[in-house]
Amino acid sequence: MANATDTKPTESTRRDFLMLATGAAGVVGLGAVVVPLVSQLAPDAQTVAAGAPIDLDLAPIAEGQAIKLFWRGKLIFVRHRTKKEIDEARAVNVASLPDPQADQARVKEGHEQFLVVYGNCTHLGCVPLGNNPGDPKGDFDGWFCPCHGSHYDSSGRIRRGPAPLNLPIPPYAFTEGTKIRIG
Amino acid sequence: MSTLSFRSAAFGLLLAALPLTAQAAGERVIPPELSWSFSGPFGKFDRAQLQRGYKVYKEVCANCHSASLLKFRNLSQPGGPEFSAGQVTALAATYQIKDGPNDAGEMFERPGRAADAFPAPFPNEQAARAANGGAYPPDLSVLAKARTYERGFPRFVFDIFTQYQEQGPDYIAALLTGYKDPPPEGVTLLPGQYYNTYMPGHLIAMPNVLNDGQVEFPKGPDGQPQVPETAQQYAKDVTAFLMWAAEPHLEARKRIGLQVMLFLLIFGGLLYYTKKKVWSRMPDGTPVH
Amino acid sequence: MSGHSSYVPKTGFERWLDARLPIIRLAHDSAVSYPVPRNLNYFWTFGGILMFMLVAQIVTGIILVMHYTPHATMAFNSVEHIMRDVNYGWLLRYLHSNGASMFFLAVYIHIFRGLYYGSYKAPREVLWILGVVILLLMMATAFMGYVLPWGQMSFWGATVITSLFSALPIVGETIVTFLWGGFSVDNPTLNRFFSLHYLLPFMIFGVVILHVWALHHVGQNNPTGVEVKNVAKDTVPFTPYATVKDLFAMVCFIFVFAYFVFYTPNFMGHADNYIPANPAVTPAHIVPEWYFLPFYAILRAVPDKLGGVIAMGAAIVVLAFLPWIDSSKVKSMSYRPIARQLFWAFVVVCIGLGWLGAMPAEGGYVIASQIFTVLYFGYFVALFVVGLFERPKALPNSIADSVLGTLQGGSGARMGTAVAAEPNAKG
Repeated sequence: MANATDTKPTESTRRDFLMLATGAAGVVGLGAVVVPLVSQLAPDAQTVAAGAPIDLDLAPIAEGQAIKLFWRGKLIFVRHRTKKEIDEARAVNVASLPDPQADQARVKEGHEQFLVVYGNCTHLGCVPLGNNPGDPKGDFDGWFCPCHGSHYDSSGRIRRGPAPLNLPIPPYAFTEGTKIRIG
Repeated sequence: MSTLSFRSAAFGLLLAALPLTAQAAGERVIPPELSWSFSGPFGKFDRAQLQRGYKVYKEVCANCHSASLLKFRNLSQPGGPEFSAGQVTALAATYQIKDGPNDAGEMFERPGRAADAFPAPFPNEQAARAANGGAYPPDLSVLAKARTYERGFPRFVFDIFTQYQEQGPDYIAALLTGYKDPPPEGVTLLPGQYYNTYMPGHLIAMPNVLNDGQVEFPKGPDGQPQVPETAQQYAKDVTAFLMWAAEPHLEARKRIGLQVMLFLLIFGGLLYYTKKKVWSRMPDGTPVH
Repeated sequence: MSGHSSYVPKTGFERWLDARLPIIRLAHDSAVSYPVPRNLNYFWTFGGILMFMLVAQIVTGIILVMHYTPHATMAFNSVEHIMRDVNYGWLLRYLHSNGASMFFLAVYIHIFRGLYYGSYKAPREVLWILGVVILLLMMATAFMGYVLPWGQMSFWGATVITSLFSALPIVGETIVTFLWGGFSVDNPTLNRFFSLHYLLPFMIFGVVILHVWALHHVGQNNPTGVEVKNVAKDTVPFTPYATVKDLFAMVCFIFVFAYFVFYTPNFMGHADNYIPANPAVTPAHIVPEWYFLPFYAILRAVPDKLGGVIAMGAAIVVLAFLPWIDSSKVKSMSYRPIARQLFWAFVVVCIGLGWLGAMPAEGGYVIASQIFTVLYFGYFVALFVVGLFERPKALPNSIADSVLGTLQGGSGARMGTAVAAEPNAKG
């Protein structure tokens, strides 16, 4: 094939340039085709829009009780902590934690009794136990993930087990009294 | 030569069959072709027109027709009426949307959000029929693409090149202003029937709903409406709105289309010369031709 | 064409792999060194274009399935969800729906090319029959795909076409019920059509592999119909010659495809299919997609229900017998003065049938459909008869001769081509 077309040096340069330009255009075209094929995988407009903030009244949650709810399809725990649980969470030496974070930074000031966290284990996404009265709460009065044995404390922080991070806090704020807006 | 004559004879046979098309058009009155800002390869929606059209839809059409595929948020997305996000949120909040069940297991009403669909005027088809003398006002979401008329040969071939595809909008705009009251001689209407020139068969269950001055349009700096507040104008504006509703990504489609076509022209040109170069010689160097 | 391989492994890994799975050798032999007649015209690029279309349909289809819901109450809205909310969903859906039309446009050009140049004749009969099988599978796939949006045309198309089977004696009604999975076209019908619409393209892909295998075994036909005699003189290697030419043609074809997708995406569709399926109302004018229209016209031309179904089926199946119907040994109609006219008449008949299929089944249209149906089948009869007495023009000695213009006509040329002389002897 080498001697197919290049007879003179000038011709071969022109051919090389042509080949190069054609090849480059082809690569650009293929790249452009990939854009819609890949971006369709992203959340569609309705899914994004449906993730609008939701309002929730925490008043009905009794002390020691926890509820589950969903925002953007993600599970959220809201826990009304007891005095004992709050004290436990604040007594621990923050620097000794696997993912150091003070309990103060994980709740809203003046509403220390309410802990709002995403409800999927940061290891591989199972739902930790600890919301229902009879559930095991792990060794730290928080949650225990039955899948791979991660223990979370009463601030939702990882204390023992394979999970690397604390349960994350969703974006939320208290609007008035015990009402919060998530998102 | 004989091939040619045979071929032309065959085409002649085809042409002889053509007059049949005219009869096929039958009872229908072909709506006039209007000029639309969104037609043609560079067509775009006229934002002001879509906003006016939405107003007509909201104040007139939405009393009987649903548009369930439309969400409030669509009104602010690019390529549409492009109301601001704030306007849309405020607009949505003026509607009460049924939601639930709540913790007590009851359905409740809450103010609308941008992600909510346009609420339907009737809870179901039966209720819609009951309220409209047995006729079901069709959903308007994709209506502009769901209505057409036969173009016939050879016009449908030309349409490929002229890109005429506004049969739906032309028909809807004509229908909205195509009422004849009283009906022509010899047509008797039953109660709940109206005579419309452009409706196939002419009998329609929808009354004439657009009257001059009925919907207030935004005023210009001189205090006068920017476009006349006439039934004709309402019909055109609401039709443009319905076309956008049916094809909300029309602008993006035509814009990307131009890019794609230009790219293909360049790439095709490059390939043509590459092909010529490659085919100039055989592998052993002798000319191909 | 198969047999000797010019592949020489260059690296150690290639040698290692070649001894275990000679896949690079296969690719090299079939896409690089494979000899292609040097005189192929652009009608021969449609094979590659069809391969592209098949892959494009499968890719866009698989993506659409990620967003589509096959349920009678949700299918229509899920398609609209794709059109409105999914990122570039409108593009993918229009590519897929227009892609079906472009696929058929390409396949019909491909078929008519085969008809004109006698590509169905020995030794390519199996290649041709595999092509007919692909056509049938494509029709089934396209039909079931059209049902999926669950619009009015989807629903009533499904009703009408499945009801065709009720024409069969004794078992007809049972077959229809089994196709429906109920007593009317409903959700079970949609679900099974969806399942099969997903399956069939891969079956097409399988038959395409056989089709290409057969092609590479017997070699390509060419505009002269004269087989390759001297590989060095008559052919060029697939790469770069055919590759770049196919690519150029493909881009031209994609240009047309893109024009429809971006500028008039609903031209090939029906407005009625933007109305959700309604079992209580039949659209005034049920028409299949344009690529089925000629067959639809044949179906309606026969006043008897079963007869119409048989005629429609025969119109496709008859193609498979073409290698034995055409009695001439000369392949290319460029050298067959009478058959060539028949061919063009056949093209006109097919287009005419397509037009009639779109017209209402009444009055003059029915009579015209009947005439054209007779003409359609008449082509095959005529091809048999004409081959018996037609005097073909002199064939070139070889492909190289036809390209380089040496030895045009003359007795020498004719003596050099025994195949051409044979029908003369008969006549």
